[in-house]
Amino acid sequence: MQNIVNVILPVFYGIIGLFMLFAAIESFRDKSNPARYGTAVFWLILAIIFAFGNILPSLIVGILVVLIGILALFKQIKVGNVPKVEPKKASQAAKRLGAKVFIPSVVLAAVSIIVAQFTPLGGQVGIGIGAVASLLVAVILTKAKTREVYTDTQRMVRSIGEPGILPQLLAMLGVVFTAAGVGKLTASLISNVFPAGNHLLGVVLYCVSMALFTYIMGNAFAAFAVITAAIGIPFVIAQGANPAVVAAIGMTSGYCGTLLTPMAANFNTLPVALLEMKDQMGVIKQQLPIAILLLIIQILLMYFLAF
Amino acid sequence: MEYLKLLGILIIILGFVLHWDTTAVVVIAAIVTGIFSGMDIVTLLQTIGKSFVDNRMVSLFFLTLPMIGLVESYGLKDYAVQAIKRLKKMTAGRILNIYLLIRELTGIFGISLQGQVQFVRPLIAPMIAAAVEDQNNRKLSEAELDLVKGRSAAVDNMGNFFAQNLFVASGGVLLIASTMKSLGYKVNPVEIVINSIPVAIVTFVLVFAYNLYFDKKLQKGGIQ
Repeated sequence: MQNIVNVILPVFYGIIGLFMLFAAIESFRDKSNPARYGTAVFWLILAIIFAFGNILPSLIVGILVVLIGILALFKQIKVGNVPKVEPKKASQAAKRLGAKVFIPSVVLAAVSIIVAQFTPLGGQVGIGIGAVASLLVAVILTKAKTREVYTDTQRMVRSIGEPGILPQLLAMLGVVFTAAGVGKLTASLISNVFPAGNHLLGVVLYCVSMALFTYIMGNAFAAFAVITAAIGIPFVIAQGANPAVVAAIGMTSGYCGTLLTPMAANFNTLPVALLEMKDQMGVIKQQLPIAILLLIIQILLMYFLAF
Repeated sequence: MEYLKLLGILIIILGFVLHWDTTAVVVIAAIVTGIFSGMDIVTLLQTIGKSFVDNRMVSLFFLTLPMIGLVESYGLKDYAVQAIKRLKKMTAGRILNIYLLIRELTGIFGISLQGQVQFVRPLIAPMIAAAVEDQNNRKLSEAELDLVKGRSAAVDNMGNFFAQNLFVASGGVLLIASTMKSLGYKVNPVEIVINSIPVAIVTFVLVFAYNLYFDKKLQKGGIQ
């Protein structure tokens, strides 16, 4: 079965590569974007890595990733002028389709879970099959033409842009940290202050660090890679805790930090501007009691569910 | 100087705090960490390349984008806006709770709404303000209006964050599964979803009660 998975997954990655190629072509054609060449190269590099990752030597991929970093450093990756949803078409379709417009999303979630749970193909293939099935349903439902699917694909991929690959870059960073022994070093530093071995103390340390580092960095994903390697593994999981419980609750503990930090501009300062509020911290103040309570509850949940 | 390899962590923190370009910051942090831990350039580039390819699963959500784009073009958001508009004539706390439910449900099905831009600003905040004025029979002061707006935005965030990980193909779930695998613990994305359920439920209950309390305070005549 693992063989079949190993054949199917690269096909899905190839399809993603194709989407990224669309984004490269359309970014290149977008003359209004001052960084059109850099942006096109960015998507082209990703298209190559996704489609041919299995056959390319790691060294080449490494160089390509560094190239993406250089493009980003010199601000050569910009979303540019992306086609917008046509309000007239959308409102007419909303009248015609009504609640049926949600069917593809339900199909996606249902099919991915069913494939993941009830077939030996696993979660990743499940997502792929779910995505393909839901797209087919959406095309049948809307009677959209191929041209429209192409436009919507390149529109979505391009508007997600650079932040879209941040999670994958962070996962890469996590591996480099592990290979470099960063986790071991921080763990030994911290264990000078907090002795490993006490379950509750370990859980408190991990959850609070996740919230605190997310507060400082404004991004729970970035905090997760670092703090899980440095604290989550040695102080909680290595003490016999269930990894899935610890990881899931560890991430959401980080979200408590997101609720409290002005660093998470999209969530906490953008609304202040959008809503023309006087109090800069107005959104955070409303979130404060819930964030603190949730952090305490999550510490208890992790302690009782993981051990 | 073993401690020099911790510079990577410092770069990540500084980079995010100072709003440098995140992509560049992450790549630089990886390079600095590798170099100070004594890797040679070729090994470092190979490690970066191999781990980036190995972690392609984190970006599997790209596969769902054509469908999401298509239903968006065909009025998904218009329909949601129409549905919420029908909630007029309810108390502020109830409208907030229905919006909270919508936010968590759409999270489960991986529908990502730009809540603050598309719902809170044009729809939820004005509706809540109108409902509060209705309940109190008077215009709100500027400070009170700020509280109402802040609460509307806060409900959007809280509903959004803690239900996201109930969707298998969400960036968060895939990042968790992939990071755990690189750290040597194989975790299935579905296990992450299952273990995210308690927190999603607790959040819903807490915020639900919090909004009902908001109504209670209103009835007593003040939200200060």
